Amino acid sequence: MSTKEAGPQRPASVVFPPRPVVAPKRRPRPYSRVVASRYPRWFYLPAGILFVAVFVVPTVLSLYFSLTRWTLFETEFIGLDNFFQFFKEPALVSGARNTIVYAVMTSGLKVIIGLLLATFLTTRLRVRHVLRSLIFFPALVSTIAVGVTFAVLMHPSEGLINRSLELLGIEGPRWLSDPSMALFSVALVDVWKGVGIALVIFIAGIMSIPEDYFDAARLEGGQWVRFRHVILPLSRNATFTVILLSFIGGLRTFDLIWTMTHGGPGFASDVLTSVIYKQYGAGFYGLATAGNVLLFIAVIAIVYPMMRFFNRHEVEL
Amino acid sequence: MTTARTQLGALALVSILAVTACSGGLGGSTSAPSAAASAAESTAPSAEPSAAAAEPVTLIVNTPTNDTIVVRAKALTEAYTAKHPDVTFELTTRPDGQDGETILKTQLASGDIGDLFWYNAGSLLQALNPAQTMLPVTGSPWLSQIQESYLPTVTVGGEVYGAPNEPAMGGGILYNKKIYADLGLQVPKTWAEFVANNEKIKAAKITPVGATFAGDSSWTAQIMVLADYCNVEQAVPGFAEKYTNNQAHYADTPTAAAGFQHLQDGFDKGWWQKDAGATSFDDGLNGLAEGKWAHYPMLTFALGTIAERYPDKIDDIGFFGIPGDDAAKNCATIWMPSAYYIAKNSAHPDVANDFLGFISSVEGTEVLSKALAPSGPYVTKDSKLPDTVMSAVQDIQPYLDSGLSVPALEFLSPVKGALLPDITVSVGSGQVSAAEAAKQADQDVEKQAKQLGLPGW
Repeated sequence: MSTKEAGPQRPASVVFPPRPVVAPKRRPRPYSRVVASRYPRWFYLPAGILFVAVFVVPTVLSLYFSLTRWTLFETEFIGLDNFFQFFKEPALVSGARNTIVYAVMTSGLKVIIGLLLATFLTTRLRVRHVLRSLIFFPALVSTIAVGVTFAVLMHPSEGLINRSLELLGIEGPRWLSDPSMALFSVALVDVWKGVGIALVIFIAGIMSIPEDYFDAARLEGGQWVRFRHVILPLSRNATFTVILLSFIGGLRTFDLIWTMTHGGPGFASDVLTSVIYKQYGAGFYGLATAGNVLLFIAVIAIVYPMMRFFNRHEVEL
Repeated sequence: MTTARTQLGALALVSILAVTACSGGLGGSTSAPSAAASAAESTAPSAEPSAAAAEPVTLIVNTPTNDTIVVRAKALTEAYTAKHPDVTFELTTRPDGQDGETILKTQLASGDIGDLFWYNAGSLLQALNPAQTMLPVTGSPWLSQIQESYLPTVTVGGEVYGAPNEPAMGGGILYNKKIYADLGLQVPKTWAEFVANNEKIKAAKITPVGATFAGDSSWTAQIMVLADYCNVEQAVPGFAEKYTNNQAHYADTPTAAAGFQHLQDGFDKGWWQKDAGATSFDDGLNGLAEGKWAHYPMLTFALGTIAERYPDKIDDIGFFGIPGDDAAKNCATIWMPSAYYIAKNSAHPDVANDFLGFISSVEGTEVLSKALAPSGPYVTKDSKLPDTVMSAVQDIQPYLDSGLSVPALEFLSPVKGALLPDITVSVGSGQVSAAEAAKQADQDVEKQAKQLGLPGW
């Protein structure tokens, strides 16, 4: 139909629906991947200075000191000698193995137990709040206090745990004095202490799943369906977070091992951090710094690929 | 929407934070200002003995929490205050064993250990870097009252640093005389006899040897190796010097490696009690006195503690040196007494120096004897042991009289590995073989030698 029609021109507003009133547009802001900040870059300066002074400078300095023989009063540059000496350390190989075993054990147990508990504590259980608090409480207590307490509780003959088992007629294992059990016992205490944080993260993850899925699960089946087909796949983010955090924590663990066994008996429960600490205690400051540099590299080397693997499905929106 | 009130509240909080951040840290080191002052004034300590300080002075003395050491520290400081009422003492403690060593080294490096501190003499002293962390006492008039054989153990780089605070001690096997009498056993003069005795004790359902491998008591496991040194020196004279020059090692010297083999034997033959890995040093002493085990490898300084806890049983404890293979040459290894040292930045170096003179004097040894029954002869000239000395101490005397006693390796060589406690616990709990442990001990020593910059490594 021709645009030019005979007859009087009707006002546009009669033909077309009225245009909504809009505020006059300002100069359009550039929308890049990162949302542009309204604040100048200089606001980063205080935090930046703190970060450089407290993190970057000591890290670079320790890289330097790890290449020296250091008595805290004088340094003697010896190149990579410290690193070679560290690898010759007899406790190192078993320490590295123990560290990985410990990290995998605690991480795995925290994820499994945390997820199961979270599933259970997000049902309409009446006592769920009390239980959540009870399970979270150990995370608030000082690690040293926990270590010392459990070392006493786990004494093979006089500790409360084995005495209680004796009443039931079971001979309790020699928790901390048996070289093959020592690391495992400390790992159990670590899980007891850390599962509360895993629980909180998982609960948050489960709560963020939309109700529709839960309704569907309720219609289709019981608890198992709810867990296997709704919670497990949809709390993937929370699971990865817990795995990463507890794995990093496990690789760097020190307090609990030291207070419960001192890395003993002998070298049985030595991990990288306690090996480094023993060298620091003996006054080999350069060697201990080299050990820390190695630990730093090892943690990054393990955790960064893990992170990339977990987040490979993420896309920029 | 922030109201004016909220903004005001936020401003108040921030300013409080800023003010607290500016004020000094908690428990700021009171030694900081005195460090500057005493650094300016501290030269060689003054020659006036027992100079009565005009104003009241408090000396801070740091020791491990070991019962024996604390009791002696209290006795000595109280006696000194009785003589010099304007000098009082504040006793601080650090943990026993490796943990305490770490703390001590750190505090020395940062300069806030106080005025005086307890530490071993001998090779371990070098690791504390005395030139940087302690005040020398060379030239003090009271040095002449100490036996000459002791002075090299507190001397580093030509300067003397410490004064002895306890009797010398024997290192070997403490044994329960009652069990020996009940089973009709004789004190073993060779290792084979010792093994045979243990078999009989085991048959009588008593633990032959107490082992204390708990985390903080791991240092006790080294005694089996270290107290065997008199046998090593007899078999390989001059071992200490060759060892310092990297010419002789544990692994290639059979008598030296024997100590580790003894630990392995103990584990293989089941001499230890069931929970050795969880038994602490204190439990070890108590068990010996109570007759739970027949033997306990230890230094005789511990006798003082047993005497305090079991005054009626102390004479049931005896001592013999770790036997070698030759009955005629049965010897004992002697440990020189530990010492007190003056911190470099002590606020009262003169008073501290005078205190050291007091503790190493004959009067000091009398105070010590009253506090704890002496566990060996003193290294102060003209000192006397009381008549009621413990029976175990009487057992040490024949070794000293016959000349069949040798100072421990750490007093003849500056090299001592730091991981020896862990290595010996490893062997004793059956995790590594004796041969492997000897190799590890040599590697451990290598680190210390390199750190000290010794030639030949």
